[in-house]
Amino acid sequence: MTVIDAPATGPDWSSAASNANRRRRYAADRRLRIYGLTAIIIAVGVLVILLATVLTGGASAFVQTRVTVEFTIDPELVSADNIQRGNYRQIITNAVAELFPEIADDRTALTAAGRILTSNAQFFVRDAVVADPSLIGRTLTLAIPASDPFDQLNKGTIARDLPEEQRRVNDRDTALFDQLVDRGLVSTPFNWGLFFNADSRFPELAGLRGAIIGSFYLLLVTLLVSVPVGIAAAIYLEEFARRGRWSRLIEVNINNLAAVPSVVFGLLGLAVFINFFGLPRSAPLVGGLVLSLMTLPTIIIVTRAALKAVPPSIREAAYGIGASKHQMVLHHVLPLALPGILTGTIIGMAQALGETAPLLLVGMNAFLTAAPGGITDAATALPTQIYIWADSSERGFVAKTSAGIVVLLLFLIVMNAVAIFLRRRLERTW
Amino acid sequence: MKLNKIGVAAVALATTAVATVALAQVRDQIRVVGSSTVFPYSQAVAEEFANLTGSRAPIVESTGTGGGFQVFCAGIGPSNADVTGASRAIKASEYELCVANGVTDITELQLGYDGLSIAVSRASTFDWNLTEAQIFQALAAEVEVDGAVVPNPYTNWSQIDPSLPDVTITVFGPPPTSGTRDAFVELAMHDGCAEFPAIQALEAARRTDVCSRMRQDGPFVEAGENDNLIVQRIISDPTTIGIFGYSFLYENSDTLKAVAVEGIVPTFETIADFSYAIARPIFIYVKNQHRGVIPGLDDFVAEFVSDAALAPGGYLAERGLTPLSDELRAEMQDRALNAVTMDPAV
Repeated sequence: MTVIDAPATGPDWSSAASNANRRRRYAADRRLRIYGLTAIIIAVGVLVILLATVLTGGASAFVQTRVTVEFTIDPELVSADNIQRGNYRQIITNAVAELFPEIADDRTALTAAGRILTSNAQFFVRDAVVADPSLIGRTLTLAIPASDPFDQLNKGTIARDLPEEQRRVNDRDTALFDQLVDRGLVSTPFNWGLFFNADSRFPELAGLRGAIIGSFYLLLVTLLVSVPVGIAAAIYLEEFARRGRWSRLIEVNINNLAAVPSVVFGLLGLAVFINFFGLPRSAPLVGGLVLSLMTLPTIIIVTRAALKAVPPSIREAAYGIGASKHQMVLHHVLPLALPGILTGTIIGMAQALGETAPLLLVGMNAFLTAAPGGITDAATALPTQIYIWADSSERGFVAKTSAGIVVLLLFLIVMNAVAIFLRRRLERTW
Repeated sequence: MKLNKIGVAAVALATTAVATVALAQVRDQIRVVGSSTVFPYSQAVAEEFANLTGSRAPIVESTGTGGGFQVFCAGIGPSNADVTGASRAIKASEYELCVANGVTDITELQLGYDGLSIAVSRASTFDWNLTEAQIFQALAAEVEVDGAVVPNPYTNWSQIDPSLPDVTITVFGPPPTSGTRDAFVELAMHDGCAEFPAIQALEAARRTDVCSRMRQDGPFVEAGENDNLIVQRIISDPTTIGIFGYSFLYENSDTLKAVAVEGIVPTFETIADFSYAIARPIFIYVKNQHRGVIPGLDDFVAEFVSDAALAPGGYLAERGLTPLSDELRAEMQDRALNAVTMDPAV
């Protein structure tokens, strides 16, 4: 037997070529890391810029300038048997004249001074008197929102050093307003009206109440339609359907549907629900149906994934103790898949909450000064309300728009937090 | 088992929700659609109406003038709109659509005037004053140069007229879907176009095309329907110019200044007497067949033309509407209260 020479040694790891090769590969590693890091920095940076602009832009809308005024409810102007129809405009004028005795005889100056208060001041007084008729003949002290130009002046949005003709508020009215400030009658409390008022054409009164309730009804309809249908479809596809050409075709189509731009669903809703079935325009019912079409694929896909994640042993065990197929699914598999389904549903709902385009097409961008009372009433939703405000000419709506975005983001963060919490809490491992 | 029941209950609820719609056929809210220019005024009247009467707030939707007529003329009955706002008079084709769908009794009410303003940032040092011909030369797709109609060669204002500043032409304006754009083309571009003999010598169809087409090569930027966006963009760059409704200029007078057109700056007075060239009347159209059927429609229309709303100093003027003359206002009030049917021939 001949001894075979040891084979030629392997590559020489210390040769110049292999050193160069190693350096190249390390450099590539470092580059990849830098690319990744840069991408993250860009993403976080953009997010920070977005949040910073929205928060700084919207901050001023979270407070509201109010002027404390004493109103004398003159029995001659408001009669006890027809409180609703009293001459409240005159009561306001009288109160303003009392505030500024020096201009009480100058009608034009008085009218101009009256514009420091919101134009709807008379309705504040009326509502207070209607709620408590014993006020007639007494005085009533209310903190009335200041009108938009003075609100902006007080918040510093309107620069005082500009020439007078370039400002919405002239020097005389500014002086009157400053006089109120000096007397301590002007306050800037937190603007609860942003949440509890319905929409208004006056930025100082406009709030999100109608939009929040409208969004609630929208999500209710979406939930009631898309969750049962989505889960039922997923159970059928996952547990009952035979694998074949048809189930594959349906699967591909569901995945495609998930990628269809939302505006297409809006057009579909307009053509089918409104024009064909004659459902009312602008109603959360129609909006909700459209949004359920949009979330349905998401829910089906998520539910199927959750069902698939339940180990086959559970199914076998259920069969083993004599369960029928529907008992196996409803008693064992579905409850175990529920956490996954729940998180998927919440994320789908969060998506639906922020959707705008399909709602514009079914008319949910109407101007409404009252909150909807049901799913067939005309309504707006949070994103469409932001859209309406963004399009309004008054200065105050610029900040209102950002404030609306902040509120919408808060809702989205809460919904996603709930989804994460549920997933952590209910998650089960086998 | 429990899950089973919850599922069944949810499906049942969803079905009843859909079924209740059949009951929602009777409408007790007024429905207003139409132009985005009229939208702020309809908003104001709707809010005032709801506050004063305590009845349910009307639904006001901004659909654009053409879109408004599509909805308004779709037919009679609770699912169709009662009032539509328009930033131009109804077209013959739209009136025919209305009649074809049974909407035969319409009242036309003029509310006032709206000016289109051309504005720049206050930071701009130049005193802008453009003629309609210069506006056309800056913004049209094809212009006349030395007697020939050629694709627009101008990139700087000073190329059009040496007295204008030597800055790049950048104008933000409304997109073609907007009634404001229609009005701008008709009122400013067509008038400016009329001053060029070579274009006037073209045959009619080609001439209309040349006079109406805005340039697409960059200097004219379609900035979307959102006028606030245009305002912000021109404030951030003092060399750019924006085109939007007068109410936006009025609200932002601290940061914007008007570009004079033919030497005239838009104000309520110059818009009302049409000495400012780019002003137009605005209208609402009322479906009289819905009066007495939709509760409150009569009162709502009365509020729309009331002195409190329309008179000089009224709450619509506060929002930027240029008011009508006293005689015209009285005529509109008469038309509104007596539901005078419009004559399509006029």
